[in-house]
Amino acid sequence: MIKHLLSMDQLSADDITRILDTAESLRQVTDRPIKKLPTLRGRTVCNLFYEASTRTRISFELAAKRLSADVINFSADSKSSVAKGESFKDTAWTIEAMGVDAIVVRHGSSGAPHQLSRWVKASVLNAGDGAHEHPTQALLDLYSIRERFKDLDGLKVAIVGDIIHSRVARSNVKGLVTMGADVVLVGPPTLVPPEHAAWGASVCYDLDQVIADVDVCYLLRVQQERQSEQLFPSNREYAALWGLDSRRMAKMKPEALVMHPGPMNRGVEIAADVSESPRSIILDQVSNGLAVRMSLLYLMLGGQDEEVAA
Amino acid sequence: MSDFVIRGGRVIDPASGRDEIADVKVEDGVVTAIGNGLDASEVVDATNMVVAPGFVDMHTHLREPGREDEETVATASAGAAAGGFTAVCAMPNTDPVADSASVVEQVWSLGREAGLVEVTPAGALSKSLEGRKMADLGEMARSLAKVRLFTDDGHGVQDSLFARRVMEYLVTFDAVYAEHCEDAALAAGGQMHEGSRSMALGLRGIPAAAEELMAARDVALAKLTGCRLHLLHVSTRGTVEIVRRAKEDGVRVTAEATPHHFTLTDEALEGYDPLMKVNPPLREDDDRRAIVEGLADGTIDAIATDHAPHAREEKDQEFAYAPPGMLGLETALGLTITQLVEPGHLSLSRAIELLSTTPARILQMDGQGAIAEGRPANLVLFDPKARWTVEPERFQSFSRNTPFGGRELTGKVVHTFFRGRQTVRDGALLEGVRA
Repeated sequence: MIKHLLSMDQLSADDITRILDTAESLRQVTDRPIKKLPTLRGRTVCNLFYEASTRTRISFELAAKRLSADVINFSADSKSSVAKGESFKDTAWTIEAMGVDAIVVRHGSSGAPHQLSRWVKASVLNAGDGAHEHPTQALLDLYSIRERFKDLDGLKVAIVGDIIHSRVARSNVKGLVTMGADVVLVGPPTLVPPEHAAWGASVCYDLDQVIADVDVCYLLRVQQERQSEQLFPSNREYAALWGLDSRRMAKMKPEALVMHPGPMNRGVEIAADVSESPRSIILDQVSNGLAVRMSLLYLMLGGQDEEVAA
Repeated sequence: MSDFVIRGGRVIDPASGRDEIADVKVEDGVVTAIGNGLDASEVVDATNMVVAPGFVDMHTHLREPGREDEETVATASAGAAAGGFTAVCAMPNTDPVADSASVVEQVWSLGREAGLVEVTPAGALSKSLEGRKMADLGEMARSLAKVRLFTDDGHGVQDSLFARRVMEYLVTFDAVYAEHCEDAALAAGGQMHEGSRSMALGLRGIPAAAEELMAARDVALAKLTGCRLHLLHVSTRGTVEIVRRAKEDGVRVTAEATPHHFTLTDEALEGYDPLMKVNPPLREDDDRRAIVEGLADGTIDAIATDHAPHAREEKDQEFAYAPPGMLGLETALGLTITQLVEPGHLSLSRAIELLSTTPARILQMDGQGAIAEGRPANLVLFDPKARWTVEPERFQSFSRNTPFGGRELTGKVVHTFFRGRQTVRDGALLEGVRA
């Protein structure tokens, strides 16, 4: 298994399948009355978060604890050494000097996990870097889709919204394309990169044109600052053209799914009744995140496959 | 060593068209004869070496006053001499900004004290580089520093009317208006060249259009005002084409390109190494090739380093927070020969014209850019075939932020003479030469 997880580029279809299969086995563990494995006892995982996060940080923390690792949470906020002006590199070295085996890093600057991986001996797991990637999100999304459709190959997936600024979109496109899915990016040109062809995806500016054909409609969060940057006229217009409401959802194939990485802006990219409809697997995504992150920690920190089977 | 002969080198002086094996005699800091069989009590053997006019860097950040922890006029002068330069043009974005006679005179006199190269300060166009109020243009032009080139380098002048007014006013002194072409709104927050790589890396891009818009505007304004215009660090194919067309139209425009822009592309950003972060950003290979073509066909007039020292802790940050800029003085010749001369894009003579003759002419530096009888002996002797490896820890510059560490280059400076005084011998700065 890879030493660091920085980008979905690093993972082949076989790697992804192995991670998802392992997650499936670990998922069964979490259904037991005693939800803990001793695998990573004595190992230490540090969550190094330079950006606010709820689900990713908690999910990683719980994943490490379920595997019996010790967990340190470091948030670069007003109470930390970062507020005193400590650099990213010094913080990394400080944490390393305490003897950690893995650093899970979330950072607003694209590439920060790459830099970190050059400075420390511990394994680095990218928990979201700027507008670059969020590989564990993509893996949990792949897991969630696979759970419903069994096979990702040949599925048609629309990713809708702010692709340009989205780390979730970058990682998902790579993961989906690697697994053989057919990805279409939907949104106005201000939010959809012209380089889509290089990503192996197609582009459509009209959601209504693709909605009836897709197996998955993946909605991205509309970041509030985008409206002030004049990337589209208003949230109202965005919702009308690229939001998923119940009328639009009614055109979807019967088995088609609705996904969202959270946190949602209800009434903008997704209507409340859509997010709570049976098509929505948004909460599955969250719970699957735990299993997928356990799987990664397990595989990357040297767990043995047999232990899960036992 | 006040009188000596440089014997048996290939003397290349593009100003006079000379390119032949000859001896150069120097007496009291002045070239007194060029010919064969010249003699003096001391002889510098120049066999297998090129004897060229000392290089003139139109674009150097010396960081003094203000950031003496990164570089000083003295350390930059030492780096310049080691790189074969005998003159540098000091950019005005210091602290305080060189927007008044007192600051340019300070830099100029620090250069005289260091005594290794001629330091000619550029003045700011606007007070505090804010693009709103004129800097003390005439006072700087008339100061001891005799400022000939004005620029807000680091920023483009955003207000077109202000740009027009400054150009009109500078005609008084026949001074050069030099622009860092960048539309601030289009470039805002940009970390690298905008294109498929920035999109893949998730880094905000600076589109080529941000540079080209301002280049085109400035050409129009130079036409309108008659002012001499110089475009700093041209980085895109579009800008090269704008300059080419402007020259055909007879506009008084000159342009420079940096070694990093003719060597590297945005591919270098793949690992998010802040050493590769520079402004204007490293562009695509097509842009790089357009710069090489522009250097070869005369569209681009000068190779300038944009030498920009940064403290280690500033580059050792997250990519987004690290300041843009890279060192250039001590690798300029090697990159020029390796990237341009060896592959056959330029002759050695054209390379010297770009590194010395033309920049000296644009900056109106009489004592630089030529090897001629009666002129100051500002000379560089280099071995055009010598291979060497860039070792940043051996730089004379006080900073280490080169993207070329470990790279093998062809073309090495052997001796440098500033006004007849040797500053560099056998590739090393002379002990005690620092004044």
